[in-house]
Amino acid sequence: MASTMQVLVATAEREVYRGEAEFLVAPGAAGELGILPKHSPLLSALTTGELRITNGDHVDEVFVSGGYMEVQPDMITILSDSAERASDIDEAAAVEAERKAKEVLDTKKDDIDYAAAEAELAMMTARLIWLKKKKK
Amino acid sequence: MASAKEIRTQIGAIQNTGKITKAMEMVAASKMRKAQDRVVSARSYAEGVRRIVGNMMSAHAEYQHPFLVEREEIKKVGIIVVTTDKGLCGGLNTNALKEAIVLMKAQTAGIEVFTIGKRAGLFMKRVGAQISGVAENISDTPELADILGVVTLAIEKYISGELDEVHLVFSEFVNTMTQSPTTMRLMPCPLPEHEEKSGYWDYLYEPEAKDVLEGVLRRYVESLVYHAVLENKACEQSARMVAMKAATDNAKDIVGDLKITYNKARQAAITQELAEICAGAAAAG
Repeated sequence: MASTMQVLVATAEREVYRGEAEFLVAPGAAGELGILPKHSPLLSALTTGELRITNGDHVDEVFVSGGYMEVQPDMITILSDSAERASDIDEAAAVEAERKAKEVLDTKKDDIDYAAAEAELAMMTARLIWLKKKKK
Repeated sequence: MASAKEIRTQIGAIQNTGKITKAMEMVAASKMRKAQDRVVSARSYAEGVRRIVGNMMSAHAEYQHPFLVEREEIKKVGIIVVTTDKGLCGGLNTNALKEAIVLMKAQTAGIEVFTIGKRAGLFMKRVGAQISGVAENISDTPELADILGVVTLAIEKYISGELDEVHLVFSEFVNTMTQSPTTMRLMPCPLPEHEEKSGYWDYLYEPEAKDVLEGVLRRYVESLVYHAVLENKACEQSARMVAMKAATDNAKDIVGDLKITYNKARQAAITQELAEICAGAAAAG
């Protein structure tokens, strides 16, 4: 029997694929990469494309939309990005997060009123304790 | 004493409230299970990225990525605070915010706050913290994209030198009854445990080592924050379930008390009526 390696493909939200493979073809950033077991350690960026995982006569195809692949002699880990994710989209999201912050903050002060903060939190805690006691 | 009719209305109102809290309790229970499942299904990626970072640590000696290097002078610290969007979940947010305040007080450097969830945003605004990034209305099925904006912002600020450290505060799900507020340092990245592999070895990088390392480390930070958000969701639902159960029990107790009062009022009314009839009969006789 041909030697095999472990393959794990996951997005941040869920595991996409886990299994054994004799041969794997990945859409590397600099062109397609074919990996056989006992490959030397490799870290590669991936582009959008198809991942072909061959085990015996069986070929699994998984679509990845960018991400990273780590190759160890007996294990391949592929961190696939979830669908639409490009640097421009990330940036747009970052700008959006900043805009929201500005919206929240109409008056921008830098010194935090710790006394007020602690008083408020103490109030909330006291209220909770009181409610709990009242229940008994 | 309130009239019997008034008390009856009150009983009805409280019974209705009890029904609502009971429904909310059951909804929270089912959502909690799903939220826990999501924590589990996100584990593969988190473990994968942690393993890769661990391997990177044992592999690469000569190139130190800025994400891993501690800065000598800490001028400004970023704190990402994760809370829920909605209330009605007991002391969950209060405890997390308390933890955040403790952390903020311990800093000698300036502070910028990034908030995930409305409760953190509102609180930080009230106490006058400098809020640099906000993520709100996180759905019950959070996706990485929901928080990517805030995390990217924090990372960019770290790279540009505006921030020298980034910390994360969130509620960790211990079990249904217990959620513990947790603090961790995000950047410089916490190093996962890794086994020292014998001999010198290094990865082949494709394309550049620097770009690949940065890409992986970014995903590492993102996955840590995403994990925190998922944990927080599970906490929110379990805390809400417990809070709503307490509210339902309270409603039952109050209804019980009110029923006694109602019966007393009813009896008093009957007694009075009888007394009046007797008095009337005596006067006529």
